[in-house]
Amino acid sequence: MNGNYWSWERFADAFPIVLEGLGTLISVTISTFIFALLFGFVWTFLRRIKNKQINWIVTWLMEFIRSTPPIVQLFFIYYAWPVMPVIGVTLSGFASAVIGLGIHFSCYIGEIYRSGIESVDTGQWEAATALNLSTWDKWSKIILPQAIPPTIPMLGNYFIILFKEVPITSTIGVQGILFMANSYGAQNWAYIEALTIVGLILLALSYPSAVLIKKLEVKMNTRFDKNAAIQMNKGVTQQ
Amino acid sequence: MNPITDIGGQLIPGLGITISILLASALFSYLMAFIAGLCRLSKNVFLRKFTGLYVEVFRGTSLIVQLFWFVYAIPILFGVNLGSNWSIGVIAIGLNYGAYLSEVVRSSILAVAPGQSEAATALNMTSFQKMRLVIFPQAVRMMLPEFANYTIQMLKGTALVSLISLNDVLYYGNILRSSNLSYAPLIYIVVLIIYFLLALPLILFSRKAEKIAKKGVAN
Repeated sequence: MNGNYWSWERFADAFPIVLEGLGTLISVTISTFIFALLFGFVWTFLRRIKNKQINWIVTWLMEFIRSTPPIVQLFFIYYAWPVMPVIGVTLSGFASAVIGLGIHFSCYIGEIYRSGIESVDTGQWEAATALNLSTWDKWSKIILPQAIPPTIPMLGNYFIILFKEVPITSTIGVQGILFMANSYGAQNWAYIEALTIVGLILLALSYPSAVLIKKLEVKMNTRFDKNAAIQMNKGVTQQ
Repeated sequence: MNPITDIGGQLIPGLGITISILLASALFSYLMAFIAGLCRLSKNVFLRKFTGLYVEVFRGTSLIVQLFWFVYAIPILFGVNLGSNWSIGVIAIGLNYGAYLSEVVRSSILAVAPGQSEAATALNMTSFQKMRLVIFPQAVRMMLPEFANYTIQMLKGTALVSLISLNDVLYYGNILRSSNLSYAPLIYIVVLIIYFLLALPLILFSRKAEKIAKKGVAN
């Protein structure tokens, strides 16, 4: 076979093979996102420590992770971590992907949580103190229930960004759709059809989700505007 | 082989590619952003739909896929020779981030208070004068922070060109790793530090840009 022209036959031939990687793509995306959602809280917690030095270190560490290429971070975890003295363990491609991309995106998500927490009205904090609530009750019953829901559309956007970033994990052997397309291409020396299929699959999944999230955003904005906030405050105090 | 400086020395040859790709693709993407952003605001339906398609396709798929697609598919499908892999990298990254930035351009222009546009009309300005003298100076200020942020994203994106056999910093890092596996942690840390140092001016600029953005904008 020769890959110098477009062939619908090859398109049909490659389609099921590329599609085999879809399950992996989705499971990596979801696992990574869950990891990032949880790890995001760690950053938010660390940034709330009231110590100038620690705050400075945490802020710049987050900045460092956010502004360096995720692909290098993946290589670091996949290739370099196993040879680290003492703490080194060999990780599978899947685990490296979840940890590497998870930590990368948790830095963004931590900032989103922070903005959510900061937008909770000061009266709510004061009320929680006035009611003599424990730290746990204050956070779990007053602050977080108001801080997190308004950030859901933003988190959704990052879910889509993450989804589009996951194909880079093919470089560390995670067998998602891009990996499948590249191996099909290498076997048949014909890359166009398989790569086009990858693009179409990504587009077919990410575009509708983006539209959905935009709708959610509009809905959330009307729900969490200032008038609605008064309603919500009532709801919280009734508990 | 001795630590950091030695590794750093071996990675420096890659800086040329990383920086030149970043600069070229940044300029290209800014150009695309303004063209596409303005086209999406145009009165011509065809132009609007066409740029809309461009923006959604590039934002809806991954940069890495686009990069491979440009290398393998464009020359065959359209019979166009895009030149070296360097220019393919620049075109792919530029078109990808141009699509994201066009949304920034579009929304910033729309965010300029409508009274400004009405005032310009009342002053009998032509639509070109209105754009150049009233809308743009305010809109561009609002765009700055996002442009800085996306330029950092672009820098991160340039690391992918090592996959289309361009000799950038990551490429030299990978070569070094394959010959000294036990130094891998140090090698990748140095690679990360190099990228961070390149990003640092952009990070500082983006913080400053947020202050600039708020100045001199009517609301």
